[in-house]
Order: sequence, then structure tokens, then C-alpha cells
Amino acid sequence: MSTFQNSGTLATPGQNLDGNLLSVDSLVVEYPTKHFRAKPFRALTDINISIKAGETLGLVGESGSGKTTLGRAVLGLAPVTQGTITFEGKDISHASRKDRRALSRDLQVVFQDPYTSLNPALEIGDILAEPLSVQGKSPTEAKRRVRELLDQVGLPSDAIHRLPREFSGGQRQRVAIARALALSPKLIVCDEPVSALDLSTQAVVLDLFLQIQRDTGVSYLFVSHDLDVVRHISHRVAVMYRGEIVEQGTAEVVTRTPEHPYTQRLLLASPVPDPDRQEKRRKDRHELLKAQRIEAAASVPA
Amino acid sequence: MTESVNTSALTPAPGTPGQSGTVVRSTVLKRLFKNPLGIVAIVILLGIALLAAFADVLAPFEENYANIAKTLASPDSVNILGTDSAGRDIWSRLLFGARLTLLSALLCAGVAVAIGLPAGLIAGYYAGRFEAVSNWVVSILMSLPGLIVLLTIRAAFGPSVWVSMIAFGVLISPAYFRLTRTAVQSVRNELYVDAARVSGLSDRSIIVRHIFSVVRAPVIIQTAAIAGVAIAIQSGLEFLGLGDPSKATWGVMLSEGFKNVYLKPELLFWPSFAMSLTIGALVLLGNAIRDAMEDGEKIKHRKKPADKAATATSGPSPTVTRASRKAVAAVESGTEHHLVKVTNLGVGYPQADGSIKKVVDDVSFHVDRGEILGIVGESGSGKSQTAFSILGLLPDTARIVGGAIQFDGDYTVAPGDDTVNQDRLSKLRGKRISYIPQEPMSNLDPAFTIGYQLVTPMVRVLGISKAEATNRAMKLLSDVGITYPDRTFKAYPHEVSGGMAQRVLIAGAISCEPDLIIADEPTTALDVTVQADVLDLIRDLQKRLGVGVILVTHNFGVVADLCDRVVVMQNGRLVEEGPVREILRNPADPYTQKLLGSMLEGKEPMTMLVAAGTEAAQ
Repeated sequence: MSTFQNSGTLATPGQNLDGNLLSVDSLVVEYPTKHFRAKPFRALTDINISIKAGETLGLVGESGSGKTTLGRAVLGLAPVTQGTITFEGKDISHASRKDRRALSRDLQVVFQDPYTSLNPALEIGDILAEPLSVQGKSPTEAKRRVRELLDQVGLPSDAIHRLPREFSGGQRQRVAIARALALSPKLIVCDEPVSALDLSTQAVVLDLFLQIQRDTGVSYLFVSHDLDVVRHISHRVAVMYRGEIVEQGTAEVVTRTPEHPYTQRLLLASPVPDPDRQEKRRKDRHELLKAQRIEAAASVPA
Repeated sequence: MTESVNTSALTPAPGTPGQSGTVVRSTVLKRLFKNPLGIVAIVILLGIALLAAFADVLAPFEENYANIAKTLASPDSVNILGTDSAGRDIWSRLLFGARLTLLSALLCAGVAVAIGLPAGLIAGYYAGRFEAVSNWVVSILMSLPGLIVLLTIRAAFGPSVWVSMIAFGVLISPAYFRLTRTAVQSVRNELYVDAARVSGLSDRSIIVRHIFSVVRAPVIIQTAAIAGVAIAIQSGLEFLGLGDPSKATWGVMLSEGFKNVYLKPELLFWPSFAMSLTIGALVLLGNAIRDAMEDGEKIKHRKKPADKAATATSGPSPTVTRASRKAVAAVESGTEHHLVKVTNLGVGYPQADGSIKKVVDDVSFHVDRGEILGIVGESGSGKSQTAFSILGLLPDTARIVGGAIQFDGDYTVAPGDDTVNQDRLSKLRGKRISYIPQEPMSNLDPAFTIGYQLVTPMVRVLGISKAEATNRAMKLLSDVGITYPDRTFKAYPHEVSGGMAQRVLIAGAISCEPDLIIADEPTTALDVTVQADVLDLIRDLQKRLGVGVILVTHNFGVVADLCDRVVVMQNGRLVEEGPVREILRNPADPYTQKLLGSMLEGKEPMTMLVAAGTEAAQ
């Protein structure tokens, strides 16, 4: 169904022919339903994406579109029913916990809600040291790295001995970003990392993401419902709708002159901060909806 | 790059150096020791435990030493509590009994914890087959009649206290299992557990580090209660004569005393007293721990005298103040025609230390009929608190610390009032002032159909018949763009989508033909495409009905789409007010400039937002 396909995504396991850091091929994710012998719920259908080193792929879609599930599948938190997820040439679709431990050096996550993604009972220092100690770093080494990390995300070093509840939402999200950075990963899955934040905090955190990418060359799989956010931070953008990727391409093309009817609707639905331009956008949207309705009546609905 | 922002944002807590986990735990202990009931319980239990531990030293006689010559004696200098029917010293037997009773209660609780806690952790964390099987086992254990099982075990293994307490521990372990499983289930899918999984932490480490801390507190509380129950059950068995007569326990003593109740009733008193004291102390301790664990920072209602003083001073001359304030309001040319006028409003919350934390401070604005006013601000700006004071829906702890609110020429908060006048507002709310909330789903009662929730307020507020209200509801539902009104009318809230639920709530908001609609972030919880539809709907309805709207939002796009005028708030204060075009195009206040500068629309992708913004501002 995708209108844009990266060429040569058929990576041979063990090799890294196409230069992709991560590639997801024909991925299907199904959740078993509660009822006996009922059909499983299909959250993702035939997903194909790829991310190169130092690149950001923005994943945009509405609630229930499966964008978060895709991120979770890459992290091993959602069951892979069919298809493969390849990271640095290795198939990680069904990686064991032990493989994951090795993988966590290169693959990390920042979650949406900075309030529940940090254990309220642990100090910031312990939270940040956790991934380090899993990798067998000594306590002194871990301590030094924690200080570096706090500095990197712009938090004071006395934050080490404080609890998450003593910080604001934006500061907590910095802690979550610092935790993701602890092992200098190659790819960070960012699951709506700015949607719980205020506008000005969002700007600061987006700057932080960009700065970190410039400094470390990390790749992002950046999941968001906000087309403006995705346009700002991504090199390429994939649009998800009802568990499928309906459009994929460079950020400029997908977020400004989209081809798929759903992306077009999405683009014109987000309001602009000027009454007169917004009035025009509103008119454009109504015309688009009308045109699409006529088209849909004439052919198969999109 | 962002250092200046960070340091300024973090300055509030430089004086409080590291607050570590141990410090937090000790504050729980500190709170426990501050609670008089907690201290009493701990002192009693410690005392009994010490007496039991040093029974060998403290007891003047062996537990079974019998002086046949001196049976049922009254207290004297040798037997300070007297003797029983076999001439045994009651005080000595009480001490030895305490030891056995407490140890067996501990054993029972220990067995229950040892079985229930790990099983609950595993079942809660992994779910799946282990949970299914253990649920079966638990159901069987719980359906067994406990006393009969204990009698059977006694018959099979003899009258051992230990055996019966181990059996009782097994029987009572489901209590721990269920408690633990529920607690674990509530955190199993927390994001920090996911984050630990991504870090590659083994399941065991995740359970120990992240999950065990959640169940620790409830298990401690439960143990206090279970120990009390164990003492009661064990003593009950022994009272029935099923105990080991060669061992002194409180239950055996009770049984012995009961046999001689007519000869010497005191024999019953001492073991009962010891039991009640211990069990009571355990229950109190459990309660005290629970109270200490729960957030202890409850606000003391200390400002009562101040309130009384305020009402006392305003009491004698209310008409004067009212009249004078009205005169002040009237000076601003014709404020009666304003639909809502908020003047110098201040809202605050009393704090534990007696001060008042202001969340809204000196805010003034007005809304006219047929006008949409946007209140914009970030979280903590006081925008929702302002809206809620107009609605009169502030929490009970909130205080109006200054200013006035008038609606259609009448005060709802008169100058000098410290709470919203609910008598005046309850006549307006729902009828002339209505409300569109942020979370459509949590504002519909899942137990009733949508139709019922639309019809009932209309019958009550407008005084129309149910049939008429039903007709109106149908029309309203089609007015808000619902394609099949009759189907939605009969549906329950969980059967419709979020956008549909918001349409239903909008239908409810306009059902009683209000003059003012207060919409608190009405589209924040919705998808962008649905948001656009709902904004269209609000605009159309507002034009058609000519109502005044107060739109609380953080989104400047929504403001641009709907609003005529805008109020910008920051930290409870109004920083800027004006027509929408002026505010959005030429913001005068640096804060508004910063907010608009943070907008992504029209920015060059992959560039710094804040750095560029501050440069432009400088």
C-alpha cells in the first residue's frame, strides 16, 4: 500500500548491504483477543520502513493508527507476528532478553509521558545508572557518566539525589532523554516525547533532540501525532493510518505537498496561528473534504 | 545551548541538597512516630515482645510449675496475679504464653507471606498460565472452610501449635496473593517497567527493583492485620480445648479460666486482656502505617478564625460595601451589558504552613454576548482556575482572595466574598452558563445511555416533559452533526468515539439555551482531523445561537480559528489582552512573543527554536 518504497530493503541477515541502521520489512503485529478462538486484533499490517545512521524518520498518524505499536515492536515490547525487523544487519524480530541486553547499548527509548516513565521511588542518579549497571559498568564509572549525561541534557548535577516528583514535566523528559543517551545508542525510539509538554518546553526539548543528533550522530524513530513537530525534526516522514503506512518520503514533500488523501486531510486540519490564514486553510479543508467525498463516492474509499 | 533556561527553571530548589530515598523512607517513620496512635501501638507491642523475650528471667515460676496446695489463690506477694485451678502462677504463664502466642502468629504470617508474596509477584508480572493455575488454587483455598480444615489437621498431626499455624498460614496466603497480584498488575505496564525491559534488565531485577517497592507497603499493613487474626484463631482453637495442654498459651489459659468462671472469673480476664491489647495494638499499628504512607501533607484548616474575622467585619455593613463596589464597577462605562465581567480576581489555596498560594492573581477581563474570548496559557498559568471560578466549580479548598465576578449584571462573586456563591450560581449553571470539558469520555457516565444523560438535565432545568426533551435531544444530536441521532441516543458512552462523545457533550452544553459556554481545552484530547470538525461545529453553533464563549486553550492555532479576543496568562497573572489579530501578529508582551516563537508553524525545519527566538528578542 505504500506509495514510496526505499530501494533494496531486502537485507541479508548478517550483512549490512543497504547501509540501513534499522529496516522493518513486511511487519505484521497481532494481539490475541480475550475471547476463545476469536480472530486476533491486527495492529500493524505490512509495514516497511528503514532508517539510516544519523537520520530521523518521523512517524505521524492519529490515535489508534499503530504508530506507537510500531515503535514498541522495534523495542521488543510488541509481538511480531510476521515480517522481520533488522538492526545493524541482525534480525531482532524475536530477540531474547539476553540479546536485548546487548542490543540496549545501541537501541533506546524515550516515552511520551515523563510522569510514568520514571520510577517514582528511585533517585534520578539511580534511574540513569540502571542501563549502565546492566552493561556491567562499575559504580564509579557509572557515576561519572551520569554527571556527563546530566550536563548534556542541561540539568544541574545535584539532580542525582533528587526524586522524579521534584521536577517539572520538561525536566523529567530531559531525565528520560539522558537515560536513553546513557549508553550512547545508535537509534532512539521517541514515542510522542513532546506531546505532554507545554509549547515553550516543547521547543526547548526539540532543540535538545536536534543538538544531540548533531553532536552524536544518533538516529531517531520519532513518533508523533503532530505534523508540525514531525516536519520540524525529521529527514523523512511516514504517515500511518489504520495500522498501515499510507505515505512515505522526504519530510519536505510529505508534510507540504502530500499525495495521499489522508495526509492531505491531516495537513489542512492543523490550525495555523493567524486568523486570516487560518480562515483560508479552513476553506481549503472544506473544499478538500468535498472533493474527496465526491471522489470516494465514485471509487473505493481510501 | 539551553543553559540559561535550565538554571532559571531549577532555581527553586538550590537550598535543598540531595533528598535521597532513605530520607524519604525515614519521613514515613517520622510520620508514624508523630501519630499518637502509632506510638501507643508500637510501645504496647514492643513491651509485650520484650516481656515475652525475657520470660525466662522475668517469670518467677516455670510455666507448668504447680503448687497443689495453693489453687485459685488471689494475688499476693508471691503470685502477683494469683494462681489457677492447678496452682500455677498466672503471671508466669501469661509471659510464657505471650512468647508462644506471638511466635506462632509470626510463623503464620511468615508462611502466608512466603507463599502469597512470590506467587502474587509472579502471577501479576507474567500473567498467563501461572496466573490462571494459581487463581484456581487460590479459589480452592478460599472456598475451604478454615476451621474444619484446622480441626482435621489437629486430628491428624496432634495438638501442635506450630502445625496448626503453618496450616492456617497456608489457608490465609490467598490474602497476600491477591493483594500482591493486584498491586503488580497496576504497575506491570507502567512505562518505567518498559524502559527497564528496553535496558535489558532481567525479569528478576525488574521485579526486585521496580515492582517490589509497590507491594512493600500494603504487605506490611496486611501483616499487622493477619498477625492479629492468627492470634485470634489460634486462641479460639485452644479455647475449644484443641490446644496442647502442656504448653502455656493465652488460648489455653482462656480455656482453663472458662472452666472455673464461677469460682474465679479473673482467670478469664488476664488472657483476654493480653489478647485484646495485642490484637488492638496490631490493628492500630496497621492503620498508623497506612496513614503515614499516604500523603501526609494534608492541609490543616487553620484559616478558619481568619475567615470568621473577615465575615465579621463585612457582616455589619454588607450593603455599604456592596453599594460602594457597585458604584466603582459602574464607573467603567456600562458594565451591566457585559455578559461576564471578571474584576481583579484572585484565587488561592491555603497551604499547610498557613500561607495562601495564589494560582490566579489580579485578573480582569470581560466577555460580551456573541463573542468568543480565548484564554491562552501554559500549564500552571491559572487559565482553568479562572474558568472554574466563573463556573463556580473550584475545589472546596480554594478561596477567592480578591476581586469580583459578575454575570449579566449580577455578582456571582461579590467583592469581599471568599467563596463562589453557590446559591446564585446553581441557578445559572447548566441553564445560562454551560461547560464543555477537555476529556469527553470521562465526562459521560458509562452506566447511562447518552440519551438519558441529555434528557435528564433538560427535564430538570427547563421543566419540560420527558417526551419533549427526547425530541429536543434528537434535534440537538443532528444539530451537532451526528448522522444517526437515534442510534447515538440509545448508545452507551463506550460505544461512541472520542470525537462523537465531544459532540454529545456540546449538544448537552447547548441543550438549555445558555448565554455563555465555557469550553476548557475542548479539542486537546482529540485527533487533529476531529479537532478541525469540532472547531467548525463550535463556530457554527456560536454564530447561530449568538452565545458568548470563553475558550480555554494552549493552542494558538485554535485561538486563531475561533476567537475574537484573546487573554494571555502566565503564572496566574494576565500578561496581555487584545483583539486576536493584534495579539497574534504584534504581541507586546515578551512572554506572548516567547510562546508564539515556540510555534513550529513557518519555522525552518531542523533549526534551533529557542536560541533563534532569544536572538530575535534581544
